[in-house]
Amino acid sequence: MTTTASPYKVIGTRPVRPDGVDKVTGRAIYGADVRLPGMLHGKVLRSPHAHARILCIDASAALALRGVHAVITAQDMPAISDKIADLGESTVNLRYASNNILAHDKVLYYGHAVAAVAADNVHIAEEALSLIRVEYEVLPHVLDGKQAMAPDAPILLDDLRTNELGKLGDRPTNVAEHIRHQRGDLTKGFAEADVIVERTFHTATVHQGYIEPQNATALWNEDGQLFIWCSTQGAFSVQEQLAELLQIPVSRIIVTPTEIGGGFGGKINVYLEPLAALLSRKAGHRPVKMVMTRAEVLAATGPTSGSYIRVKMGARRDGVITAAEAELIYEAGAFPGSPVGAGCGVIFAPYRLENVQIDGYDVVVNRPKAAAYRAPGGTNAAFASETVVDELAEKLGMDPIEFRLRNAVREGDRRADGPEYKRIGLIETLEAARSHPHYTAPLTGKHRGRGVATGFWFNWGGKSSATATVNRDGTVNLIEGSTDIGGSRASIAMQLAETLGIPYEDVRPQVVGTAGVGYNDVTGGSRTTFGTGWAVYEVGKKILAEMRQRAADYWGVPVEEVSVADGVFAYNGESLSFRELAGKLDTPVTASASVHPQNYGPGFGVHIVDVEVDVETGKVTILRYTAAQDVGKAIHPSYVEGQLQGGVAQGVGWALNEEYVYDEKGRLLNATLLDYRMPTALDLPMIDTVLVEVANPGHPYGVRGVGEVPIVPPAAAIANAIYRAIGVRMTELPMSPPRIVAALARKRQDGVAA
Amino acid sequence: MSSKVIVTTTINGEEFEFLCEPRQSLLEVLRDVLGFTGAKEGCNNGNCGACNVLLDGVLVNSCLVLGVEAEGRTIETIEGMAAGGRLHPLQQKFLEHAALQCGVCTPGFLLAAKALLDHNPDPTEAEVRHWLAGNLCRCTGYDKIIRAVLDAADAV
Repeated sequence: MTTTASPYKVIGTRPVRPDGVDKVTGRAIYGADVRLPGMLHGKVLRSPHAHARILCIDASAALALRGVHAVITAQDMPAISDKIADLGESTVNLRYASNNILAHDKVLYYGHAVAAVAADNVHIAEEALSLIRVEYEVLPHVLDGKQAMAPDAPILLDDLRTNELGKLGDRPTNVAEHIRHQRGDLTKGFAEADVIVERTFHTATVHQGYIEPQNATALWNEDGQLFIWCSTQGAFSVQEQLAELLQIPVSRIIVTPTEIGGGFGGKINVYLEPLAALLSRKAGHRPVKMVMTRAEVLAATGPTSGSYIRVKMGARRDGVITAAEAELIYEAGAFPGSPVGAGCGVIFAPYRLENVQIDGYDVVVNRPKAAAYRAPGGTNAAFASETVVDELAEKLGMDPIEFRLRNAVREGDRRADGPEYKRIGLIETLEAARSHPHYTAPLTGKHRGRGVATGFWFNWGGKSSATATVNRDGTVNLIEGSTDIGGSRASIAMQLAETLGIPYEDVRPQVVGTAGVGYNDVTGGSRTTFGTGWAVYEVGKKILAEMRQRAADYWGVPVEEVSVADGVFAYNGESLSFRELAGKLDTPVTASASVHPQNYGPGFGVHIVDVEVDVETGKVTILRYTAAQDVGKAIHPSYVEGQLQGGVAQGVGWALNEEYVYDEKGRLLNATLLDYRMPTALDLPMIDTVLVEVANPGHPYGVRGVGEVPIVPPAAAIANAIYRAIGVRMTELPMSPPRIVAALARKRQDGVAA
Repeated sequence: MSSKVIVTTTINGEEFEFLCEPRQSLLEVLRDVLGFTGAKEGCNNGNCGACNVLLDGVLVNSCLVLGVEAEGRTIETIEGMAAGGRLHPLQQKFLEHAALQCGVCTPGFLLAAKALLDHNPDPTEAEVRHWLAGNLCRCTGYDKIIRAVLDAADAV
């Protein structure tokens, strides 16, 4: 971390979060803890098939069961025409979204919702599900992106046509879109290269893995007012999605967010909210609560895309990359909308490239519809490109960080997908990693290796609103609308305290719903500390201006003669502290601000990892991990470190163990947290972090988003470490024990390093 | 519907009597019948530890215990961890170390860590990691949780 004297009093300190005590005492109310008078419980009937036509649904026996109050099917959903909605980290066609909430004429994946029930309790609701008769005509299915692109593949969506570089195709297909970014002359670039590396990679479908399952409680009143309580990354997004899906005005929907038990992008799309709403209306306007089981979470909520990625790169002997080409095929799940566009932006983002071409394909398959997952599409892409970059450096006999520095982007360079970089910190971060003791520490012992990789994320600004009121005791109530998913109440309150010149403890933040604050985009895209921080900075400036006026009125002098510094108002030798002035306020001081900042500033990370491979079992152990990242300005360093550590942990799981396993009929086999194997405390070492503070000039305190970058490099860094440990280039995720053992067997068979 | 059983149990030092269906888990009873919602349901099959409570001093996943099994037993939940208006040292250290992000796994981790320190007041990092391997956290990468527990052990 930088050690220069800080100009700040609050920013850069590590106070206890405002919601901390509630969360260590079990008092915090999460979505599943909501309880209303007269509340019913809802459950969802899900498809046992990967692909089938629904011939008929007979719910009469379920409705006849004592304690059952309502059953709904897709017929209860309003008809929706094609319309694209922006969810912040992804977009969605609302007709498809409606179809994903409840299958209309076909089920498109194992676990696809078919009907829902409201009953007196969960057990009766589950019994009722077993009484619903659904007749299916099972259709051929396809789970794999490459196979789904074949001309004879089963077609999922009859009306889907390929958007081929902007032109719509004329025949049924599973390829929703083909995009391309192109610059320079690839042929010329590869002709200039002294070494060329080309490899094809495959990555498995993985899940966000938040510990709290999806949930929603709805009350649809007789007057048409719909109330929703749920854990979501964005209450306003839920409101907008519900307005479209249920075809009612946003003004009739009030969404109150509860505490949220993790999201990572997966709690932006609605799943249960519209079902609970429809059940509430049909069950006589009683509140209905729905909570998913873990099996439902894994089978039917947003995993992120499995992918095939081909990367070809060439470099001159002096270490300059001369050409780079990539083709990315991302599985979107049952409906279009994989993060392939983001993958195309991430894949070569750290490098200056004169000759480059990137092709991306968004392909539907019979898997759950992909949702955003922390730097959506980024980990897949960096796994491929950063492995090839490592191999190029090896073939040139160059240090991998030196090779990256030789090609690293800086201010004024243009990314392959268009945008020009403003002030970024890739070079500083690479240098910080190179000079970290970890990079040069001796690593001895058999089958051990060290790998490095870099990663990029765009970050986002989005729209934020906030309101603050000065209390008579000098404290300030802060009302914000950004879901606090990992400590943002603290980082937002700290920025307001800094702006006002008052102690952190004097700012009392509250996160409220759609009825209590102006519009806020979702907590996603690593935007909250940046964007909502901007909003409270504006709020703070307005409050200071008003308080200065009040001080001037008190002294009976023109406002220009009152000075303000560090929360003290002064005039001609007299002074009033913020608190003293607050006590003299006759009319309250309140201020609001709404912002939509654009200069959010992307981030880069460089990770170093040491691994040991057990060549008998194929198990990979992480011995040491260091993550360096350009974080702009760390408002609350502990929570910034936490973002890096958490991203690394998810990346380690993605790299080594996590994957969806389906049987030959397309049924998910590992929908439990025993078989979908996420890292435990035993699987990880301490994760060292290096916070490189290259201030973002587009923010009053220099903030850049930090949450997503750290999940991008781990898979590649670990693959590169495995190569140095056992001499095998792993090109498939997860690099689980069976794949390591198989790769070692191939290496022995070939007698050479793969 | 099966008939209900009267169960008497002690929770956080206070006696409770409740009606329980034989099929209801202790987790369901705690949350839905008695209102102890600090125990969380993350998986309902013993893999995540979010529902951890202490049953006669032993760490259990309350989703794998039946409500009727609570008869005559002593249960400790997260709601009882801060005694006499003061946070337990583990709770305090979790706050100081920023050992939680979303916080939904936190009650389970705190009770698991308490069970560890109750029988091993001076654990090594390896022992803490081994003991807490039954609790999943998806946010923190465990680093700050482990540090908080080690620090709390020093403080106790």
